[in-house]
Amino acid sequence: MIRFLLKGLLRDRNRSLMPILIVTAGVALTVLMFCYMTGVLGDMIETTANYSSGHVKMMTRAYAKNKAQVPNDLALLDVNDLLTKLHHNYPTMEFVQRINLGGLLDSPDKNRETKKQGIVAGIAVDLLSKNSKEIDRLNIRNSLRKGRFPKKPNEVLLSDEFADKLEVKPGGTVTLITSTMYGSMSIQNFVVAGTIDFGMQAMDRSGMIADISGIQNALDMNDACGEILGFLNSQNYDDIQAMNVEQTFNKKYSDEDDEFSPVMTRLKNESMMSDYFDYVDNIVGIIISIFIFSMSIVLWNTGLIGGLRRYGEVGVRLAIGEEKGHIYRSMIMESILIGIIGSFIGTIIGLGFSYWIQEVGINVGDILKNSKMMVPSVFRAKITTPAYYLGFIPGLFSIVLGTMLSGIGIYKRKTAQLFKELDT
Amino acid sequence: MEQNFLITINNLVKNFPIGGGEFTALNGINLTFNTGEFVGFVGPSGSGKTTLLNIIGSLDTPSEGSVNVLGREVGKLNTKKAAILRRQHLGFIFQTYNLLPVYSVYENVEFPLLLLKMNASERKKAVMDALVWVGLTDKIKSRPAQLSGGECQRVAVARAMVKKPKIVLADEPTANLDAANSHNILKMMLKLNEELKTTFIFATHDDKVIKYLKRKISLEDGKVIQDEIIKTNKEK
Ligand SMILES: Nc1ncnc2c1ncn2[C@@H]1O[C@H](COP(=O)(O)OP(=O)(O)OP(=O)(O)O)[C@@H](O)[C@H]1O
Ligand SMILES: [Mg+2]
Repeated sequence: MIRFLLKGLLRDRNRSLMPILIVTAGVALTVLMFCYMTGVLGDMIETTANYSSGHVKMMTRAYAKNKAQVPNDLALLDVNDLLTKLHHNYPTMEFVQRINLGGLLDSPDKNRETKKQGIVAGIAVDLLSKNSKEIDRLNIRNSLRKGRFPKKPNEVLLSDEFADKLEVKPGGTVTLITSTMYGSMSIQNFVVAGTIDFGMQAMDRSGMIADISGIQNALDMNDACGEILGFLNSQNYDDIQAMNVEQTFNKKYSDEDDEFSPVMTRLKNESMMSDYFDYVDNIVGIIISIFIFSMSIVLWNTGLIGGLRRYGEVGVRLAIGEEKGHIYRSMIMESILIGIIGSFIGTIIGLGFSYWIQEVGINVGDILKNSKMMVPSVFRAKITTPAYYLGFIPGLFSIVLGTMLSGIGIYKRKTAQLFKELDT
Repeated sequence: MEQNFLITINNLVKNFPIGGGEFTALNGINLTFNTGEFVGFVGPSGSGKTTLLNIIGSLDTPSEGSVNVLGREVGKLNTKKAAILRRQHLGFIFQTYNLLPVYSVYENVEFPLLLLKMNASERKKAVMDALVWVGLTDKIKSRPAQLSGGECQRVAVARAMVKKPKIVLADEPTANLDAANSHNILKMMLKLNEELKTTFIFATHDDKVIKYLKRKISLEDGKVIQDEIIKTNKEK
């Protein structure tokens, strides 16, 4: 019987090929969209991790509470000691010091008088250590517009736009006016080594990247830093691993009653990021629902058309003594088979395109004005495990649903009418 | 009295709801049928031939009275039991052959046996036998679209006969056939009737069919007005 039905299915193109094509197309699109979203959002998350939050981040409890104000007077102390402990406890992870700072940047003229001035938002990272991965992490190499890398603690990079505004060129000097960790005024000269494009509006307006040792010097922050970022060994953020690190660290080193004890937060708990993560989860649900919905309707219709064409067949089968439920079930079995085949082919096609976008990427840099930015300008898909099976959900669900709806007609058939229907 | 007959119909009434009231399509039918009959319902259009065939075929149920087919009360069968009765013991032949278009001649004939879950070797033999009866062994692999009308109806006969049912019901089986093909089909059915003792019940107003009948039941306005046994028509 099953073989018999399969034969019919294969021979009747309207019954097999069309629905398979529809399912294939829908599934391929689902998989592709899923991989694309995963890739782009994943890149976004990684960028945020690299820039500001790490996979995990340590601050003092007091700093964490006021972190919007960049309160360096509440910075972590005894940082080298803490880093040693961290390396010991989490040997596979990498930890780096960061200082965020705000202040005024003054660009002097020949007479050392103020020529231009602007508010600066700086981040200090380890640019100079031999093994520092920070240059790659912040994608500085690719985003350099003019000049060169800093080679000394007193050399900085400015955003290209900001440098223009301050009328300073690579090789020129700027004066940073801010306060030290202890609250006294700090005035320090820096040499602008080069300019970069951040690709983020806020940073392009007033951004500066400096070496951490230079800033520690300027802000009187010896053996202190605002934040320590930790990066997991995995290429992508792994929330379970991060949570594990977060919990063990806080249990061991954080003291709720001590404002200056360090506290660790993981990427997902950073205010903005948790929304992102929810967004990723939601978007997957939404994509799948949309496809199930729209494909079901299409397949319901093809099912109805098929049902009309098969009206005679169903009638004969009823007359010969097949039960309605049996016919209905056999149609649903057919649809499951079609769903599996279509989903399989669709998944392969979707993965193929996704792989291509994963490897080659869609370069929006060509479309945007400045192709060299710190923010990734190449959108890449990312194939994750769910991409291999996710497409089967809309693929199977839609065709089974479509068939169930269109097949209800079978139950409405009255056997009493069969002779009349089949005689005309 | 009752169980000796293949089919017993007692005071059968069939009403159809129309508009606000009811239309009586069959009105007090009393009939019995024996094994091996070759019988036809004849009468003008609207006289109730198809309705009666429907009820005997357990496709419809009586409004009043009883119809007993092979010991089963048609009016009391649920749809599942009615389907089982049809599947096991009844064959149907339609005016328009109603073959399944995507299947070959062989597969069309095989289908009723698949529903009966007959094993493969028995099935093959039965299908081949049926195709021999109707003389279509050379068209086994053809699709219905490649056959003539006469050939299609022969496939339909083979499909109805393949499970060797007790009863075959045929509603206007020759209406779409020319004279030669009609005679052909009827001779074939008569032969099967005699060899296999299958009871054939027709609904028809075709004289070509009527000539072959061994018993003619005339209907008018839902009533039997004549029930006659016809003798010696074998030499046609
Ligand atoms: N489902 C139904 N609803 C209402 N009336 C019906 C229904 N089926 C049949 N009838 C009526 O019952 C009467 C008998 O119908 P039936 O189909 O049995 O006639 P018939 O003898 O087969 O006619 P024909 O030779 O035209 O096929 C007709 O008047 C028909 O209109
Ligand atoms: Mg009729």
